Amino acid sequence: MSEMQLLTWVRGTGLNIAIGLFLAGVLWRLLEIYSLGRKKDLSAPRAAAGASGWHTILRRNLPAPGMLPKAPVTYIAGGIFHVGLAVVVFMFAPHIELFKSLTGLSWPGLPSQFIHLTTIVTLVAMLVLLVDRIKNPVKKYLSTFEDWFTWALTFIPLLTGWLSVQHLLLPYTTMLTVHILSVELLLVLLPFTKLFHAFTAFGSRWFNGSANGHKGVAV
Amino acid sequence: MSASLEKGVRVLKEMIDAPIASYFNSCVNCGLCAEACLFYTETGDPKYTPINKVKPMRRLYEQEFTLTGRIKKLVGLSKPVDDAELEEWKELAYNSCTLCGRCSAVCPVGNDISYMIRKFREGMSASGNAPEGLVGAVNRTVTIGSPMGVKLPAVKVQMKHVENDFGLPIPMDVEGAEYMVMLSSMEIMNFPEYLGAIAKIMDHAGKTWTLCSTAFEATNAGIQIGNSDLARVIVSRIVEGAEKLKVKTVISPECGHAYTALRWEGANLIGRPFTFKVQHIVEVLGEFQELGLLKTEGFEKDKLTFHDPCQLARRGGVIEPQRKLMKMVSENFVEMPDAGFMNWCCGGGGGASAIEEGEELRLEAFKVKKTQFEIVNADRVVTACANCRIVLEEGLEHYKMDLPVVSLTEMVADHLQAKGK
Repeated sequence: MSEMQLLTWVRGTGLNIAIGLFLAGVLWRLLEIYSLGRKKDLSAPRAAAGASGWHTILRRNLPAPGMLPKAPVTYIAGGIFHVGLAVVVFMFAPHIELFKSLTGLSWPGLPSQFIHLTTIVTLVAMLVLLVDRIKNPVKKYLSTFEDWFTWALTFIPLLTGWLSVQHLLLPYTTMLTVHILSVELLLVLLPFTKLFHAFTAFGSRWFNGSANGHKGVAV
Repeated sequence: MSASLEKGVRVLKEMIDAPIASYFNSCVNCGLCAEACLFYTETGDPKYTPINKVKPMRRLYEQEFTLTGRIKKLVGLSKPVDDAELEEWKELAYNSCTLCGRCSAVCPVGNDISYMIRKFREGMSASGNAPEGLVGAVNRTVTIGSPMGVKLPAVKVQMKHVENDFGLPIPMDVEGAEYMVMLSSMEIMNFPEYLGAIAKIMDHAGKTWTLCSTAFEATNAGIQIGNSDLARVIVSRIVEGAEKLKVKTVISPECGHAYTALRWEGANLIGRPFTFKVQHIVEVLGEFQELGLLKTEGFEKDKLTFHDPCQLARRGGVIEPQRKLMKMVSENFVEMPDAGFMNWCCGGGGGASAIEEGEELRLEAFKVKKTQFEIVNADRVVTACANCRIVLEEGLEHYKMDLPVVSLTEMVADHLQAKGK
């Protein structure tokens, strides 16, 4: 198989398989988690829980009162990394083209220079978070193989994507192939690793927010 | 697998619901919860990171409820939870957690870690890994009627004393009274003035009230140890008492966990909604204040601050009433840093104060309160939880700080205008 044939397979059949596994994985995991259900709360509510779950989904994007000075690296580098990654994944014109071909939906992208800069900032933020995980006693204590593995699983697609656009290190086709393959690996493994928090964090915030909203506490 | 471990594992499996599963899947080991926990901030020991306190439960969840976890267990990549591990986790699940809920308030993915620890304790207790002090407290509550072993005759003796001191009757078993007043053993034995304050306030507000001879104790060690069966027995006494006397409202005393046990867990424990209302005494006072039923005179002149009991404020949703009451009777009320929703725990809630072997750690964690008190530099601290009060007094004595701790209810009662004014 020539390099071109490999690239064609990776962006065609390979991608379809990865997306299929990703969707099946996400569905399976969501069912595995949320079908467990929870008991109805029989205590008299202080206030109707209303939209408190949704409020918590929004509120937890920002640090809780007084917490930013206690963990600036986690909050700032973590925030930059999450926003940066979303911008690069969803606002880079070639990515939007791909989404369009898959779903028919498209939206205006951001200038490639801006994406270039965002990618560098995001990569740096990820490196900072890696160093912090090595040095911060709490993170070091909590970390398991999965934490290091999922860091690499997220970092490599970002790095190889940037390298391929910049035509660095490897020939463009080779780097692009590596990039797409690494994304496919990420897609397949995401539902089965801690990266699945990309989905469950919303559910968790909602549960916490609505349970406390029942008590009249905005969390 | 020992019989107790088997039981513990079975109970733990029953505890796992969609929120717990969602929380475990959302945790990214970011460690932010550590920064919210006084047992970590004051010791610097990462083992006290809140999410680490439920680590055995996390593995059990993965092994029993997820495909990948089952495979890992099958091929030996994930070892089963054993006795030694749970024994090791006893200190983390009990001594170093007061269920204060600060971790739940800061977790960026939204995990309610306090809820998880509360559930984990059910398995710990079922597997025989609960601390002696709490086991004793629960047994005394179930067999004798109160965690400190206080029986009805002792309550009656205190009622007599209070009647003599305050010149007001202390009603017991009065059917049809509007309020049924609960007490904590701590109040019966150490702070009987609380009962006098209640008599004074009810008389002043023109409300009918009663104690109940079959349900005077509000604290619920079953909740603290994590044994819903025993917690249910304790709550049921109150429900039966309140329904027998046909009261409209049951007043939870100045005690944080008693409030959580009765207000939020009670109906769920007995499996049906209550036929009466449950209010913390601070809520009742706040309501009386709103209705203009509290006519006060004079102000406390010295500098006062307020310590928020976690179960009342962060976990209970009562944050403003205590502040309005403070302002009604004090002219120099100052807030501590992080007061209200994010207040720091006294270090003895959730049953922790009943654990003798946890004392050293508790005093270490108390440094956070010490710092808060030093910053605010008040003359006295007011609170609305008898357990906080005792724990604060112990900590203050240990660090040789001269800072009297007083009850909000008693302070309000002290300022009520005499009748006929």
